[in-house]
Amino acid sequence: MLATIFAAAEGFVRPDIDWHALAPELVVLATFVVVLLVDVFTEEHSRWTASSFAGIGLLGAIVPLLTLAVRDGDPASLFGGGFVVDDFSLVLKALFLVAGYVTVLVSSNQIAEGDYHEGEYYLLLLASIFGMMTISSARDLITIFVAFEMLSIPTYMLAAWRKRAQTGIEAGMKYYLIGVFATGVMLYGMSLIYGGTGSTLLSEIGAHIGGDFGQEPVAVVGILFTLVGFLFKVSAVPFHNWAPDTYEGAPTPVTAFLSVASKSAGFVAILQLVFLGFFGRADVVRPFMFVLAVATMTVGNMIALRQTNIVRMFAYSSVAQAGFILVPLSVIGAGSADTADQILSSMVMYLLVYTVVNLGAFAVIISVSRRTGSGEIASWGGLFTYAPALAVSMAVFLFALGGIPPAVGWFAKFQLFTAVVKADTTLGYAAGVAMAVNSVISLGYYLGVMRTMFMDDVPDGDTTPVRVPPALVAAVGITVVATLVVGFLPGLVGDLADHATFALSLGE
Amino acid sequence: MLLNQFLILAAILFCTGVYGVISRRNGVLVLMSIELILNSVNINLVAFSAMNDSISGQVFALFVIAVAAAEVGVGLAIVLAIFRNYRTVDIDEVDLMKG
Repeated sequence: MLATIFAAAEGFVRPDIDWHALAPELVVLATFVVVLLVDVFTEEHSRWTASSFAGIGLLGAIVPLLTLAVRDGDPASLFGGGFVVDDFSLVLKALFLVAGYVTVLVSSNQIAEGDYHEGEYYLLLLASIFGMMTISSARDLITIFVAFEMLSIPTYMLAAWRKRAQTGIEAGMKYYLIGVFATGVMLYGMSLIYGGTGSTLLSEIGAHIGGDFGQEPVAVVGILFTLVGFLFKVSAVPFHNWAPDTYEGAPTPVTAFLSVASKSAGFVAILQLVFLGFFGRADVVRPFMFVLAVATMTVGNMIALRQTNIVRMFAYSSVAQAGFILVPLSVIGAGSADTADQILSSMVMYLLVYTVVNLGAFAVIISVSRRTGSGEIASWGGLFTYAPALAVSMAVFLFALGGIPPAVGWFAKFQLFTAVVKADTTLGYAAGVAMAVNSVISLGYYLGVMRTMFMDDVPDGDTTPVRVPPALVAAVGITVVATLVVGFLPGLVGDLADHATFALSLGE
Repeated sequence: MLLNQFLILAAILFCTGVYGVISRRNGVLVLMSIELILNSVNINLVAFSAMNDSISGQVFALFVIAVAAAEVGVGLAIVLAIFRNYRTVDIDEVDLMKG
């Protein structure tokens, strides 16, 4: 048996591998191994070094990203076209690395104090980031699936991190059950798509979906089932039920990570599938996405208005934000090729902006809750009097999330809006109106937090300053600076997003 | 055609799995229902692979099997932790936070 296998392998030639194109992932993998060894070979009291190594590794992986960005020539295509390193993937990999780095910064004190298993925490975080980087290059159903699981499975464990607390394990269980169920549905959809098109490559699927198979009802089932798996990840209504409970029960740094990085990864997969694979049946995707986007925005905002716990409020706010990002997909394929470009670049841009801003908001939440020890919004009363820097930073983030100029969120939202209206379809206008109304509703709760911070009295009269550890100062600092810089020079992110677009929308 | 029978079997398995996930309250049984869904996918993939005469469906099925093992490993660990905290594996009782 073995002999025949070896004999057959005689003629095997290893395909050329472009190691440079793989370098960012390899650096993250190497960091993973280093952190594992640190965890195994150090004493309990020096485990904190794991967080330093993880942070350095994530920053180090940006170096090959930069060298790849300035490299000339065609995008590298590896493993039979299943793994493509183009500008789209580079921009998103940078997003995941930065999000991962800020997550390490906000985690380091929280996880070291009181919690347990410091080494494993960073291992899982790195594994998940590795999956996210892979999914932004994946151009093949198998690669997308494996990368998706690579990023999901560690997050199930991270969500259940406080395993000795009842709410902690409940958070993990809800996330896990809905997650694997959605994966199952997604796989069933993928199997139907594969059956009809005979290939797992997105480019091949894209070529066949417009043909005979695309007209079969089963193709519609395949497309919708496949998208459902990722819509769960981005917590679109009606697949959002896990989000508030998981966000509340998980450690807050994990919540920050889930609400930005994991959500962005879901969107990346949706973008690739819709633009490269299912573009030929965009008429199926449009109404589906329209209903989901409007429902997601409205339900998220309405429930967020009633929340008294800041983490839960941000959970529903992130549901509503996912709705905003989905809106442009309700006009995909309608209008000119130009519109498709604009849809893609507005979505990528909103993802970049949302990630930075939401991470910053969570960094402030973590800093404040270190002192108040409570998640209630009422406990934020009078924050400005004793922690003016934190209060002002939070105000910047809230303005950005609400979309008030000149904060960066305004420009990003405006781009989404233009993309939708430009398509000149009824669905597009309806989606635009729903988006405008929801932007106003969302101001209700964002400004509510501001009023508490600036106008209300300090609840217990205790006005000792908040002591914020250096790592958290760095996290808040990085995100505030990024928010302000991009707010005044929105062209910067716009350019990045345009680069990203250029790469993907040329799949046609 | 033989393919139809495989697809019908897979569809039945899939529906059984979905029904199980929705109706079962025991955590372990929910995990088993999820396994049913994943196996229906495998049947589909292998059947389509034979029909399309392409190997990638079988490769896909292998990956699904490997990942399913990892998923269930995590799932059982979570169910075990639930049992330690709540003294039950009834997932309906694990509902302190109201979504």
